[in-house]
Amino acid sequence: MIFRRDLSLRWKIPLRVMGAVLGTAIAVTAALVVWEYDEMRQNLEGHAKSLGRVLSNTLVAPVLHDDIWRSYEIIQSARETYPAAPELQAEIVLVTDSDYRVFVSSRPREFPIGASPAMRGGAYAELRAGLSGSDPVAQRVLEPADSPLYFVMTPLVADGVALGHVILGYSKVSFVPRFVGLVKRAALVTLLVLLLIVPVSWIWAARTGAPLLQLAEAMRRLPGELESSSLADLPYSRDEIGQLSEAFRRLVGELKQKQELEGQMLVSERLAAVGRLTAGIAHEINNPLGGMLTAINTYRRHGNGDPLATQTMSLLERGLTQIKHTVAALLVETKMQDRSFAAQDIDDLLTLVESEAHARNVTVRADVRLDEALPLPATLIRQIILNLLLNAIDAAEQGGRVELLATLDNQRLKLAVKNDGLHVPQDRMDTLFEPFSTTREQGHGLGLWIVYQIVRQLNGELSVASEPGFTTFDIEIPYDQPA
Amino acid sequence: MRIGLTPVFLDDQVGFLGQWRAWLEKKLGRSVVFVQRGSYREIVDLLRSGKIDFAWLCGYPYIRHRREFGLVAVPLWRGQPLYQSYLIVPAGDLRTHSLADLRGKIFAYSDPDSNSGFLYPQFLLTSQGENPATFFSRSFFTWAHRKVVEAVGIGLADGGAVDGYVWETLSEVRPDLTRATRIIDRSSQFGHPPFVARGDIPNGELKRFQSVLLGMADDPEGSELLGRLRLDGFAAGQPTLFDGIAKMAERVSGRMMRK
Repeated sequence: MIFRRDLSLRWKIPLRVMGAVLGTAIAVTAALVVWEYDEMRQNLEGHAKSLGRVLSNTLVAPVLHDDIWRSYEIIQSARETYPAAPELQAEIVLVTDSDYRVFVSSRPREFPIGASPAMRGGAYAELRAGLSGSDPVAQRVLEPADSPLYFVMTPLVADGVALGHVILGYSKVSFVPRFVGLVKRAALVTLLVLLLIVPVSWIWAARTGAPLLQLAEAMRRLPGELESSSLADLPYSRDEIGQLSEAFRRLVGELKQKQELEGQMLVSERLAAVGRLTAGIAHEINNPLGGMLTAINTYRRHGNGDPLATQTMSLLERGLTQIKHTVAALLVETKMQDRSFAAQDIDDLLTLVESEAHARNVTVRADVRLDEALPLPATLIRQIILNLLLNAIDAAEQGGRVELLATLDNQRLKLAVKNDGLHVPQDRMDTLFEPFSTTREQGHGLGLWIVYQIVRQLNGELSVASEPGFTTFDIEIPYDQPA
Repeated sequence: MRIGLTPVFLDDQVGFLGQWRAWLEKKLGRSVVFVQRGSYREIVDLLRSGKIDFAWLCGYPYIRHRREFGLVAVPLWRGQPLYQSYLIVPAGDLRTHSLADLRGKIFAYSDPDSNSGFLYPQFLLTSQGENPATFFSRSFFTWAHRKVVEAVGIGLADGGAVDGYVWETLSEVRPDLTRATRIIDRSSQFGHPPFVARGDIPNGELKRFQSVLLGMADDPEGSELLGRLRLDGFAAGQPTLFDGIAKMAERVSGRMMRK
């Protein structure tokens, strides 16, 4: 049972088709055999009855004249063979007198003249009982259960008086060869049909099963190998399988979206945590740092001018200043008062990066569609664009190109920086915006961190699309309508 | 010319009869018709009423109508105008050795007007002091010697009386039939069934037919036809040849009278 349920459709469909063919063949053959049996029985009965009538009419005179040899010749001629229908040949013909004694028989040795057939026992004894029926001139068909023969008895009637009976015995077994032939023919036809049907059903099964098998295979790989579940191979049709495939595609799409969303959330949460941490540390460092730098300043102004001390102080001051810059970079401050961002700023930036671009032989193209100044802090936006442009120029291939796109759309500033050349590999994406996560040899790895911090603090959105030979950073920052 | 035939020979060979008829027509220079009937009596009646001219009859009806019929010729079988009656039983029956062993059994006669197939066994029983009418439980006629052989062979009858010439001929033509029977008694020699003529036949016609029959053995085609009949030829024969049959008939009918 389990095995049958677990069987692949690839096998199930041909097996079921064969089963259906076999079942049909068996049912049809059985019906035919039954029909044939009925037909033969009716034929035989009709034949035997008419033969019985002819014999009884013909035998009246010889029996009345006690002409045994003539009677024998008559019943012998009635036992002629029919090659086309061997079952129509009577196995035995008995002519009995009114006392159920043999007048003549087709087998004189077994049924000698004058003996009672009942002496042979079995069916022949039963026949005697059958003779004493209600209607003395009616034909009777007797089928004794324990006998291989069945009998048709016709009374020999002369002038309304029964002289005796003509008993025709037919073999029941003679049907068997006909049935065997019939069953053999049916088996042969079934076999031929099966030979024809098996490849057809095999192809049919493959056609029907293939999409299901694909679907099953895709589903089997679903949780782990979402990317590789080959959705393209799934069937596109309007039948149930097509609907199933469509639903599955939708499911996979939603799953993917969810996964991406979860990934993004994870990244932004981590970045937020890092941001809080760095801000905390930066504040803690900034407080004593200010004091230390003030102390060094005081010493310079009022100290005794000891050269060693002065040198040491200057060393300390340089170190502390570097710390201050680093902390300042980590701690992006947006609250300061700033002028508005305008198209002029982008021109400045392009001038700034020109030498860098020239050094790497990279073409920088800008498409700026800003008509007026925007209520956004110019320093911070400049910082974003500068960092992204420098990254792009650095990543672009020799003689490659970098594009900057700046547009306004629905109260949002849209910035896009594209470059060819190196792309961001998938495994780097998650930590791309984290501080100190650079793969380059120069630079402190704070560029994108700063971009991210600024965009977040300005309530903007940031996304990266990167494929081999092509990388785009998209930024959207909302701004208020100028008052 | 109409010639009556009886089953004193194997008269069921239709092809042979056609050839014989054609040969006789050629020799006699006139048309010949063979007349066959179901029993000897019918042929005898036809001959007595003049509806046929000649007949090949058994010796028994001949001697009964000896004064009416003219003797034409007697066949020569194994060189002599004589034959025997055989009593036969089924080949499988090894216990029966004589007619006396068949008491209460079923017996097949060929024809009530046959010497070998009826008169001889009747005579044998009578001479043994038995009543032929009650000796057998049942008896029946097959109306032909060949059919007696068949009836005994298949066991329809427990015994039968048959023309010895027919049995011997059949043993060559259809050995399967005779092999199913066994001979338990051979009678003494009797005159072979003769050709006879109706009483009022013109003498010239009788002589002409007689000479054709007597010359049959010397004619190449005729001797070939005789070979098919397993006969050597025909002899003129004397009515005294049938005295043996006449004596038996007297004895049997005498007994019948006394009964």
